[in-house]
Amino acid sequence: MNWTKKDLLGITELTKEEILFVLDTAESFKEISKRDIKKVPTLRGKTVITLFYEPSTRTRTSFEIAAKRLSADTINISASTSSYVKGETLKDTAKNLEAMNPDVTIIRHSMPGAPHMLARIVDSSVVNGGDGAHEHPTQALLDLFTMREKKGTIDGLKIVIVGDIIHSRVARSNIFALRHFNTEIICCGPPTMLPPHLEELGVRVEYNLKKAIRNADVIMMLRIQKERGGVNYIPSIKEYSTFFGLRKEHIAGAGKDVIIMHPGPMNRGVEIMDDVADGPSSVILEQVENGVAVRMAILYLLLGRET
Amino acid sequence: MKSKVLLDKKAVERTINRIAHEIIEKNQGVEALKLIGIRTRGVHLAQRIKQKIEDIEHISLPLGVLDITMYRDDVFKLKSPELKKTEIPFDVNNITIILIDDVMQTGRTTRAAIDAIMDLGRPKRIQLAVLVDRGDRELPIHPDYAGAFYAANLGEDVMVRLNEVDGKDEVVVVIS
Amino acid sequence: MSILIKNGRVIDPKSGVDEIMDIFLNGNRIDKIDKNIRTSGRDVHVIDASGHIIAPGLIDVHAHLREPGYEWKETIKTGTRAAAKGGFTSVVCMANTNPVNDNKSVTDYIIQKARAEASCRVFPCGAITKGLKGEELSEIGELYEAGIVAISDDGKSVRNSAILEKALEYSKLFGIPVISHCEDEDLSKGFVHEGRSSLLSGLDAVPAIAEQLIVERDITIARYVNAPIHLTHISSGGSVSAIQRAKKDYKKITCDTCPHYFSLSDEATLGFDTNTKVNPPLRGKEDVEAIREGLKNDTIDMIATDHAPHESTSKDVEFDIASFGISGLETAFSLSLALVRDGVLTLPELLRKFIVNPAKFLGLPCGQIAAGKTADLILFNLDAEWKVDRYSFLSKGKNTPFHGWKLKGKNLLTIVDGKIVYKDKSFKG
Repeated sequence: MNWTKKDLLGITELTKEEILFVLDTAESFKEISKRDIKKVPTLRGKTVITLFYEPSTRTRTSFEIAAKRLSADTINISASTSSYVKGETLKDTAKNLEAMNPDVTIIRHSMPGAPHMLARIVDSSVVNGGDGAHEHPTQALLDLFTMREKKGTIDGLKIVIVGDIIHSRVARSNIFALRHFNTEIICCGPPTMLPPHLEELGVRVEYNLKKAIRNADVIMMLRIQKERGGVNYIPSIKEYSTFFGLRKEHIAGAGKDVIIMHPGPMNRGVEIMDDVADGPSSVILEQVENGVAVRMAILYLLLGRET
Repeated sequence: MKSKVLLDKKAVERTINRIAHEIIEKNQGVEALKLIGIRTRGVHLAQRIKQKIEDIEHISLPLGVLDITMYRDDVFKLKSPELKKTEIPFDVNNITIILIDDVMQTGRTTRAAIDAIMDLGRPKRIQLAVLVDRGDRELPIHPDYAGAFYAANLGEDVMVRLNEVDGKDEVVVVIS
Repeated sequence: MSILIKNGRVIDPKSGVDEIMDIFLNGNRIDKIDKNIRTSGRDVHVIDASGHIIAPGLIDVHAHLREPGYEWKETIKTGTRAAAKGGFTSVVCMANTNPVNDNKSVTDYIIQKARAEASCRVFPCGAITKGLKGEELSEIGELYEAGIVAISDDGKSVRNSAILEKALEYSKLFGIPVISHCEDEDLSKGFVHEGRSSLLSGLDAVPAIAEQLIVERDITIARYVNAPIHLTHISSGGSVSAIQRAKKDYKKITCDTCPHYFSLSDEATLGFDTNTKVNPPLRGKEDVEAIREGLKNDTIDMIATDHAPHESTSKDVEFDIASFGISGLETAFSLSLALVRDGVLTLPELLRKFIVNPAKFLGLPCGQIAAGKTADLILFNLDAEWKVDRYSFLSKGKNTPFHGWKLKGKNLLTIVDGKIVYKDKSFKG
């Protein structure tokens, strides 16, 4: 198939074929990261800007490495050090950056819709690196890549997402992506953190962690989104951890060969205990590795799109 | 659209035989040789050459598969730059590699393949084998082993068809 | 100056008249309504209204004219021009100006500015509490004498129930209504309606009960002190039901809704277009249905615009931080005419909601076509098709989610006090 989209703003805009195409393309890129010389000349001379209004180590570095391994040039802009603190609007920042002719801008913002706004203003490609609680498409893609790699397929899987779902862009993007496949999706968390209407998306809601993860193939743990007011939805972190923290004992009650995922950063001891995070079922570090390959694939497809 | 057959099924087989013999002769044996086929038809050709060498010398040479899309100088002008995996199950350092492709024309594919191999290591020597050389170079690169040679005119295209991919073995010149 | 409007279909919702007639205006009064009026050759401006409808001018009980204090968003001059274009001959302007209209001088300022520059009648609404802070009552009597027609802290609710109770009781002295903006602040920390669309968009959302709770509270208090209460910009089915139930036993309740609540659902917010950001937010499809039903069964008495013009820089930003509001004066009537085509209301019923009920509510003498009454009229066409172009709005506020919409039915001519204040380019009569 041919990639025709200029931007990657959300999973919502992708067809199932496009999702699979990204995953297939990422396979080829994964191999490069294992070589001695981890570089191919494919995006030589292209300029990739990361524009992060919210802090991030993982996502930003992942994009930067992805771009550099494709021989592109990268420039990182963070809100605290940019003209944002001087009151410059997103619109003006966008126009100023555009004047410097980037090929791709990856934007992370605390407010939903910011990447969409950017994409309307600039001619270059825009990738959503996370917009508020809305979407984090590259995370969902790397999550699906990891599931497929570990389980051989996405169809037929029982996937449980646990945590602060109402504030989670990772949860939304994953749900949107997994709905294209023949999967059973369960969302688990305190009722205050599970938004109404989830069942309309074909998701099952379960408040009890043990029940939720029974026979699960994939357990995805999410952090409490403090920066989006998550802590106001529960009486205390301690109480949250008691009822929703994933412990080693839980794994036995899950499916055989269950994999434990987490988009990071983890709050060890809160939603996930050390022996699970570092245990044999955890694929958390593999998610990070796959993240580079998936992001390389995205950059490659966007810049090589059929116009 | 007219076409004329350059090599028929038997001629393809004889040519592959000859190339295999030449490789063995030029390298005085096959001990240090490894094969890399360039996707897509180069891979099948490489498999056949590997088989022929095995028939003659009773030695099975390692075979790698190379996708050069990421190294092409025209990568973003392709209609669908679909990537396939590169799988080279051996260390390329310090060995002689026989790079195999179906048709050679401008030399750009070979350049891209050489760049790709260089990113994996430092081979001692790379030799190039092609089934058909249709001339019209744009870079100063030449095959060490060429099956047939055909100086294509304007409007002519040389097409290699292999049983594994196209259902039959032949090399034709297509006049559009 | 006299005007003769010939052959228009005259609809007067108050009296029930619906006939092709001529209307003769003399000075600022309606002189005569009859078939085939002949004038005695004086300086008469003849308007050919064949194929069009003549009705009393519309009355908007809720608009923001932004002056004094926010003149870059709108002024009385530009806002009333927009109102006249939209078919409104009277507009009630809210008190959340700067300074707030909580004292005589601001009311005087507005009235004088309107006298000098407005294209239609402007009736100021005073603030319930000083500075809209919700702590102390404004000097409502002083405001009344200065000319306010109602009081409202619109923009917010009066949080303190005791203050609202006092305001409702006290204003009985002057016979002016309290217009209540119903919103529970603590539940209302979001930007869109809490529903399926907010699940998909991840935007912080507000449940419909944030409105319903205060609707019910305000009705309960008003009933307790036996004062009239008007609930403005009703947007949710829960509120409509609450009002419907309450009206069975207590009659002094009125309410209004706005065209966006019966024309758009929260699905419109999925593209993050800030022109869809409004408070109360666009609601779910069920609520839109309930609003339409509420208009049909007369639970909702009036249609107002809640005209909220904003400059582009306050809307051209991320959704979370964009200003709330829709610039509605120029599209309200046409959007409402769709209710007639959809069979929700008959044309006279629609006109009652825009004319008779507001006039009665505010105690205004206008809102009727009859000999001797003030000449506040509109001429409109039910079939005229037009496309909404926000850049050609007369209002300074170009913030509308209806840009590009093809609408049917258009106001073509507006007469206030016997003078033509708006004439559409397409009107050739």
